[in-house]
Formats: sequence, structure tokens, C-alpha cells
Amino acid sequence: MSLIALLGAVESGLIYALVAFGVYFSFRVLDFPDLTVDGSFPLGAATSAVLIVSGINPWLATLIAFFTGSVAGIITALMNVKLGILNLLASILTMIALYSINLRIMGKPNIALLGENTILTPMESWSMAYYVSIPIVFSIIIFLVFCLLWAFLNSQLGLAMRATGANVRMAATQGIKTDYLIILGMAISNGLVGLAGSLFAQSQGSADIAMGVGVIVIGLASVIGGEAIISARTILRALLACLVGAILYRFAIALALNSDFIGLKAQDLNLITAVLVTFAIVAPRMKATFMTKFKGNNND
Amino acid sequence: MKKIKTIFSTLVLLQIVAFETSNAAEQTKEDPVLSSEPKHVAITQIVEHPALDASRKGIKDELADQGYIIGKNLKWTYENAQGAAPTAAQIAKKFAGINPDIVVGIATPSAQTLAASARNIPLVFSAVTDPVGAKLVKSMEDNTGSNVTGVSDLSPIDKHMKLIKQIVPTSTRLGVVHNPGETNSVTLVNLVKLYAPEHGMSVVIGSAPKSSDVLAATRSLVGKVDAIYIPTDNTVVSAFEAVIKVAQQAKIPVIAADTDSVKRGAIAALGFNYYDLGRQTGNIIAAILNGVSPSDIPVQGVSKTELYVNPKAAELMGVSLPEELIREAKEIIQ
Repeated sequence: MSLIALLGAVESGLIYALVAFGVYFSFRVLDFPDLTVDGSFPLGAATSAVLIVSGINPWLATLIAFFTGSVAGIITALMNVKLGILNLLASILTMIALYSINLRIMGKPNIALLGENTILTPMESWSMAYYVSIPIVFSIIIFLVFCLLWAFLNSQLGLAMRATGANVRMAATQGIKTDYLIILGMAISNGLVGLAGSLFAQSQGSADIAMGVGVIVIGLASVIGGEAIISARTILRALLACLVGAILYRFAIALALNSDFIGLKAQDLNLITAVLVTFAIVAPRMKATFMTKFKGNNND
Repeated sequence: MKKIKTIFSTLVLLQIVAFETSNAAEQTKEDPVLSSEPKHVAITQIVEHPALDASRKGIKDELADQGYIIGKNLKWTYENAQGAAPTAAQIAKKFAGINPDIVVGIATPSAQTLAASARNIPLVFSAVTDPVGAKLVKSMEDNTGSNVTGVSDLSPIDKHMKLIKQIVPTSTRLGVVHNPGETNSVTLVNLVKLYAPEHGMSVVIGSAPKSSDVLAATRSLVGKVDAIYIPTDNTVVSAFEAVIKVAQQAKIPVIAADTDSVKRGAIAALGFNYYDLGRQTGNIIAAILNGVSPSDIPVQGVSKTELYVNPKAAELMGVSLPEELIREAKEIIQ
């Protein structure tokens, strides 16, 4: 594998770590199966692309992408909490609505950002190669987000949110405003995904209406895969697991793309993803069974 | 115990297989038949699609015709992103890493990710409708200082206007029915407005936001136009019979952009196929492999077109097709 492909996998992994954080918030912290992300990812890309092309400061555009993503999450949460629509269904409804909304925002299916002033433009004048500088910038952004999320989940508010996800009724009887916390959690989750979409569009040179396809699968695979490697006993370890899982997932794909000897090609990626996720789910159980058997044999 | 044995022997077997394959790979590398270094073309396509696949096949065939044979003096790397944007991005990174002689992007998203990631390698795109809008090139005519070029699959509007004038020489007012909500269609209509005056025609638009509006939109043109042009607009094409019905009643000739519409009652259409588009792209790739700089090759539009005509439809709309057009036609619908 070449250095560029390797650093490219790190770059994509860092972007998708944001998606993994988002999915961790919805699926793990809140126990809210949320498919909105397939729509909020291109939503973040679309809003920031339109703003960047119209000449707005790219950092501001990226921040706005976070907030538009949050709005998508809030809508899903409101449909669930206030209208009583099943959480999964509510998220699917928002997701399909976002397709039309994203088209409206962009006015066409694809907005090119090649040569536009993005947050990555200043790095062009750095003395190092673009494939080194971009991962460095993304590492800094992800590190900041990581610290913020860690601090948040250990704050009073974060503890209340975790309690809501663990047991809604119990949390409610403790005086926690569960509705409010679900809405807030979903806003953070989809905001992170919108941010990821914005960064992805800026590093890839375009926002495209179809770029959200399968984001949820990648996010879930990253979370589950990460947890299989780093057991998520504490919040710090859980967030680390998301980061490691996302980067390893992109590595697995880079390996599949770059190792000709096994004969794997890009068209096999969906199969690889399914195998990886299944393995990640089964591995801990297999480990446990193996350990008990091993101990049993020793006792004989 | 037996289980462990089986697992062990499977592992050994796998290693042997891996060893053999790597051996085979080394052998081909050292093949003495290869006198000169083979050229390397890396090609990526956003999704499996009949038109895009045909374009890829065209590229391959044209390269073979120009003496670049895969496995002999040409190394061919192909990856398909299966419609996933992150995969397309990683494919572009892979290509940047293996550093081939040329990277080829089929369809807009693949070409854009290559332009973003593999910036120092000559890039040839194929089947990109609007290369300027996609920011792949600064302009269609002038390509100096760029290492990107390719073939656009935009309808040849100028040729379409010429065709309309050939069939209806007296036409001074051209009607266009289209859906203003379709991006592609808007681009095409803007081009019609640009080229029609050059052929002495003014443009009258009939807007049809939905398929059910096509009938009313066509009726609104009756009495105001001498001919009707239908661009490749999905909304209007799906309700094409409504256009034909009105046009036959009012005796207004209808000329379309896609060849399928001729079977459905248009007088003529000048279309193209994606295999020929691929051939044209292959020609550019071969030129660059032969040493021409991409900056010396301006972006090309579709050069090989196919004329379909329908003499009976012409009769129903009150015109007769010129003999030369019938002779030129690739297909005559009866």
C-alpha cells in the first residue's frame, strides 16, 4: 500500500470518526436507532458547499453545516417524542424528506468545490504535501471534538442523557426531562454527522446528492468494530473505540483496494463490510466461549 | 483435537495458495517479452450503469485499436465505487499512490474526486455533462496550463438547431417544451437560447413542471411557433405522446434530442451512443500516452452522432423530409 493510500485512509477515517461519534450518541447513549444520518451527512455537505461557493468564510460555513445537521436531528426527535412516531420510522421519514431538501438547497445534484476557498485552501501554501497536511488538520479538529464530547458526557447534563438512554422511566422519576435530553442528544448526533459531511465535501472537492448512501452502515460498523477491539467500559474508552473503529474500517477498505494478491476489488466492499461487522459482533462471544472451554479442559 | 488439525491444515493450504499466487505475479513481472515499460491507465467509475459501462468498453476498444493492448504494453487498473462517495474518495487516493501514467474518471463524481486527490497525474474524464460547472476545467475551448481534459456528454445543441433549419427552413420561431425543475434540462434550454438566434430563430418556452402539464404546455405554443424542439428532459419525454398529439393536430414539426423519441412520433433526432463517446475518450488517452500534453487537448463535445428520421411522422406534421437527410440517416423509422 502506498503512503498516499495509507494517509488517505487515515483522512477518511478521521472524517467518519465524527459519524461514529454521532452514531454512538444515538444508538449507544440514547438507545435511539437513527437513520437520519443518511440525510444529514449530505445536508451538511450541501449547506456548506452552497455557502462556500457564495463566498462566505469556509469555517463559518462548516459551523453552519453542524447546525443544519442538528436541525435534522431535532426534527426526528420531535416526531418521536412529541408526535409519538416510532423512533426508527421517524428517522426514515426525515431521511427521505432530506433528499428533496438537499436538492432544493443545492439547486442541482452536484456542487463543485474544486478551486473554491475551503478550510483546506490555506494548507495548499504549506511546504508539505497536501496528502500529509489534510490529515493533520483533520486530526486537530477531531481531537477538539473528542475533548468536547468527553467533557459533555461527564457533565451533569451528559450524565442525565446517559441515564435517559439507559432507562427512560427511571430517569423521568429522578426528575430528568427525558424529552428535552433526547432532542438535545439527537441534535448533537446529527450535528456531528453534518459536520462530517461538510469536511468530506471540502476534502473531496464536491457535494453530491448521492453522497449519503450507506453512511449509517459505515457509522455502525465503526462503532461496533471499535468496541470489539477496545471494550467500551468507560466513556473515554467508548469514544476512543469510535475513533479507532472508524480509522480501522477505512484501513480495511484501503487494504482491500490495494492488495491485489487476494484479488479483492472495490465491488467486494459491501461483502467485506458485512463480514467485518458480523465478526465484530460475534468475536466477543466466541472469545468468552473459548475461554470457558479452555478453563474446563484444564480442570480435567 | 480433530478440529484443531483441520483448522491447521486449512491454514497451511491457504499459505501455499498465497505463496503460489505471489510467485505467479512475480513471474509475469519478469516476463522478457516486455521490452519497454508498459503504460499504466487507472480508470474509475462511480457506479455500474449501462451507459457508463458502454463508455468504458469504448475506451478499452479504442486503446486496443491504437496499439495499447492490456497485458502486453498496457497496464489497466479498474475500480468501481459502487455508488459510494467515500469509496470513490479512497479509490482516488489509491490511484494517487500507485501513480499511473493517466487517471480516467467516468461520470462527474469520479472525475471530481480524482481532480481533488490525484492532482499531479494527467486526468481524462468521460461522460461528464458540464465539465466547466463541475470545475474540472476553466473553459471548454481553452485548456492551457491544465492537466485535465476529456469528453462531455452534453447534447450537441448547435447541431440540433441546424437540423431543425434543414427540416423546416422557413422556421423563425422555435418552441421548446421542458420542465424548469430539471437541472440538466435548464442547462440545455439555456444553450438553445444561445444557439437558436444564430440560426435565425427566436425561442418560445412552454413550461411543464409535471408530466400531466405537458399537453397544456404544448398547446400554449400553437400559433406562436413554426417548429417544436424537445430536449432530453425526463418529464417531457415521459409524456411525449401528448406533444405529438398536439403537434399533429396543429401541423407543427417536432424534432427531438433523443433517438427513442423518433419511434414515438418525432420527425427526427440527432443522438449519440456512449460506446462512441468512450471511443472518443480512448482517442484522447492514446494521444496523451503518445506524449501529447493534456493542456494541448481542449475538452471535446460529442463528435459522432446518429441521425434517426421518421418520414411518416413528417407527413403527419405537414412537412417532407429532405432526401439528403434520409440518405444520411442511420435508421429510418417507418
